[in-house]
Amino acid sequence: MENLVNIFVRSVFIDNMVFAYFLGMCSYLAVSKTVKTSVGLGVAVVFVLTITVPVNYLIHNFLLKEGALTWLSRSFAGVDLGFLSFIMFIAVIASMVQLVEMVIEKFSPQLYSSLGIFLPLIAVNCAILGGSLFMVEREYANIGEATVFGFGSGVGFLLAIAGIAAIREKIQYSNVPAPLRGLGITFIITGLMGIAFMSFMGIKL
Amino acid sequence: MSTEKEREPLFSAKNLKLLREPLGENNPITVQVLGICSALAVTAKLKPSVVMAISVVVVLSVSNVIVSLFRKSVPPRIRIIFQLVVIAMMVILVDQVLKAFAFEVSKQLSVFVGLIITNCIIMGRLEGFAMANKPWESFLDGVGNAAGYGLILIIVGFFREFLGSGTVFGYPVIDKIGLYNIGYENNGFMILPPMALVTVGIIIWIQRSRNRNLVDKS
Repeated sequence: MENLVNIFVRSVFIDNMVFAYFLGMCSYLAVSKTVKTSVGLGVAVVFVLTITVPVNYLIHNFLLKEGALTWLSRSFAGVDLGFLSFIMFIAVIASMVQLVEMVIEKFSPQLYSSLGIFLPLIAVNCAILGGSLFMVEREYANIGEATVFGFGSGVGFLLAIAGIAAIREKIQYSNVPAPLRGLGITFIITGLMGIAFMSFMGIKL
Repeated sequence: MSTEKEREPLFSAKNLKLLREPLGENNPITVQVLGICSALAVTAKLKPSVVMAISVVVVLSVSNVIVSLFRKSVPPRIRIIFQLVVIAMMVILVDQVLKAFAFEVSKQLSVFVGLIITNCIIMGRLEGFAMANKPWESFLDGVGNAAGYGLILIIVGFFREFLGSGTVFGYPVIDKIGLYNIGYENNGFMILPPMALVTVGIIIWIQRSRNRNLVDKS
């Protein structure tokens, strides 16, 4: 349990998707004009990451990893399909997004209409594929840890995009130099937020 | 980029524009805001930035050509899946080549080679240009856009390595000049991830103050 809390805190604050690895930057910059839409996107990312990371964990450990196919037959012990992981992961993500979209539409039309266009767009969000690739690189011990990592990364993204949207709403009333307005100042604010997030470094529970 | 200049006479003015525009006034990173995701994390040193730039040039130009060749035979309904498969195939090839011939750098780049797949520049150019244009133009467009992306990557990588560790391509420039003896210190802050964002912010600032057309109206 302690271990899981630790992974959660790490993935939200220390290894934050946006500030430490610059993942999901495109949608982070494009959709952070108002708080309402950015929270919508953030929730959708949490949702999809929490589902795709464990699914990809299973695929990696039971299909692609070196020696992962031994549950089929002893003779597959030397087979390493690791080079297929990119294409498998992106296929899983695209189909999971489609699936999640259909499920939400059926059971909660209200949530569906508030997420709107963001759900399909998520398939090409780097944060989602990045979550799966980091899960492989960090070699989580079991599916529970992988799920918590996916959920935590999503929450970190939600936190970052909601924060920058709130700041951008306020900064409209400030006197920013004209060439820096819009994109430039957003980059610099993100840098400053990243520096603030670095103060969490080294925290361990 | 010197090779592009040598071959200039062969190109028509329109094709040349495809190559030149993304390098300056229509740069994918600073103007179109595409492909920042995998760009910034690799720029702490110059060498990984250069390798990353080359990989993106290869992936984008070849997949642009492939998609453009098949643009008439792929039904629009499945085009996204088709594009993803082409990109993923190219990225797998690049990844395997890097692992074989430049293992050190491939370790440094870690997951970011894989993240070229979801790099918005590539999807954006395939969808926006290659689906509607002939292979040769798509090739030039791919090279141009990826070079514009690589240009920013290399500028950021140069400044971060030079100011942060006092080296260029690992060669200790500042040490050789002798600046340390008169009390110069490396700015370790430049190596940290957030400074990549601030550096790009400053590049955007400089570019927009020189070219007023790009300034945000809002």
